[in-house]
Amino acid sequence: MTTSLSPGRHRVRRDWLSLLLSHAVLLTGAVFMLLPLVFMIVSSIKPPAEIFEATFSLWPRNFYGVQNFQSALTTAPLFRFLVNGAIVCGGILVVQLLVAIPCAYALAKLNFPGKRLLFALVVLGLCIPVQAPALPLYIAFAQLGVLNTYFSMMAPFFLSVFAIFLLRQFFKSYPDEIIQAARLDGVGELEIVWRIVVPSAWPAIAAFAVFSVVAHWNDLYWPLIVISDPKLATPPLGMMFFADSEVGSNYGALSAGATIITAPLVIAFLLARRRFIAGITMTGIK
Amino acid sequence: MSTATAVHGRVPMGRRNQQFIESLAGIGFATPALILLILTNLAPLVVLGVLSFTNYELGAVAFNSVGLKNFAAAMQDPVIRRSLGNTLLYVAIVVPAGVFLAMLIAILVHRRTKSRSFYEVIYFLPVTTTLIAMATMWQFLLHPRLGPINAFLVSLGFERVPFLSEPRLVIPTLAAIGVWQLIGFNMVLFLAGLSAIPRELYEAADVDGASHPVDRFLKVTWPMLGPTTMFVTITTFITAFKVFDTVAVLTHGGPMGSSETLLYAVYLEGFQYFHLSYAATLTLIFLAFTLVFSVAQTFFLDRRVHY
Repeated sequence: MTTSLSPGRHRVRRDWLSLLLSHAVLLTGAVFMLLPLVFMIVSSIKPPAEIFEATFSLWPRNFYGVQNFQSALTTAPLFRFLVNGAIVCGGILVVQLLVAIPCAYALAKLNFPGKRLLFALVVLGLCIPVQAPALPLYIAFAQLGVLNTYFSMMAPFFLSVFAIFLLRQFFKSYPDEIIQAARLDGVGELEIVWRIVVPSAWPAIAAFAVFSVVAHWNDLYWPLIVISDPKLATPPLGMMFFADSEVGSNYGALSAGATIITAPLVIAFLLARRRFIAGITMTGIK
Repeated sequence: MSTATAVHGRVPMGRRNQQFIESLAGIGFATPALILLILTNLAPLVVLGVLSFTNYELGAVAFNSVGLKNFAAAMQDPVIRRSLGNTLLYVAIVVPAGVFLAMLIAILVHRRTKSRSFYEVIYFLPVTTTLIAMATMWQFLLHPRLGPINAFLVSLGFERVPFLSEPRLVIPTLAAIGVWQLIGFNMVLFLAGLSAIPRELYEAADVDGASHPVDRFLKVTWPMLGPTTMFVTITTFITAFKVFDTVAVLTHGGPMGSSETLLYAVYLEGFQYFHLSYAATLTLIFLAFTLVFSVAQTFFLDRRVHY
């Protein structure tokens, strides 16, 4: 997009040069970004002897993928980790939405006593990193005897102040007239929320869902604290157990395991690239 | 709102009724959230504050107030001082590198038309990967004797670099992995910021004679990107200050404590050694550092998220 001013010849040459330079920088960066991913996939199909050969090759001379994946799957319940991850992320997201949506609607559209105070508390909650309440929650869960359960992994995240905050902003722009008209037709508040307002907030809900799932799928800190039973491990925790185990020195199997652990979210991203990027743009916070 | 009721010509009786229903619904809708907010956030913070002034340990029947002893102990604890220093060094590398490299990438990617989504996908991929799995791969890649990166350095005529076992290199190495993980995330935020810059501004700058890319950047891009840059910097700071995963998996704080970080120290004291009151104190110190930035982040969120 150069301008209407006479594009001199030096300018054309400069455009070419800058194009070349841009791609050179971007491609160099791209190699750095893809390095561990490519290395992981390549190592997962190589025999142990080939992985650390001085000359790095992208394709093995002896295809060893079957053995690596087999040994990864027999030493660690990798699919179990993925299922655990799905249960934990799904459970967290469902409760987060069930709790946050009505609250966000109330803060956006209803007048009730204590509204300002509640919103102030939500904003305060936004300033507290999730690692801060971890210790008291751990003590409480230990006293209740619920450590090493799915519940203990999910419960601290049932309330997302961020979801309330984001959805409140979104609901606020919903036209009052429609809500008022529905009320006059005798539609109850609960129905107004779930039947009328929520469908219009789909982009914000999808954005939050991406944010929530990416955050909790990859979270290590909290599962590491409350889970010691490998059967309940989420993907990151399972990966850590796996890497620490004896097989951890079998680099081919470990790479195969890492591939299995990493695949679901990466594939989801590749399939729904626009959703992911829109989600991150809208939420913009980790 | 109640004005809308008036427009519809309802009698005051109906309006009062409507107000009553609204209050009831509002309280009903907000109560589950409020209860959970208290249970998972506010009450734990109060407990944290109380614990930090006691000598409570897990399973203890009785415990006493010890005043500021825990805080004094933390100030003098060489592990904590080292952890704080390491964390700040990590932040000092990750924040500028993570912000400015992401900005550079975003500017370059933004101008591409055909290859834009290609680069977008590649740079964003690490954000969606499980960091623990990727950290393990970095460990292979960086292995002092066997790793391909060292093989590459040797082939160029350099010496082998013990990235993760040399005390002076371990934090910069972890920082590089940290930048690798978050650069795509920041890039996406910058791309959104760049799309919001009106094209006319560049055309105007062109007419004014600022047609060189550097001029265009200084006159238009940089100032227009200001709020985004601020927001990205704050978010990156918070993420960097919470560094934990790579330390826990790759170094366990070693060699010789040279990669201990604050959150890792909190984790060890609280959940490995069960010095709960001391860990509570450390958590409060951790909280104090992040609070300034989280407050700023919340302020920005309030202005950013509007439709």
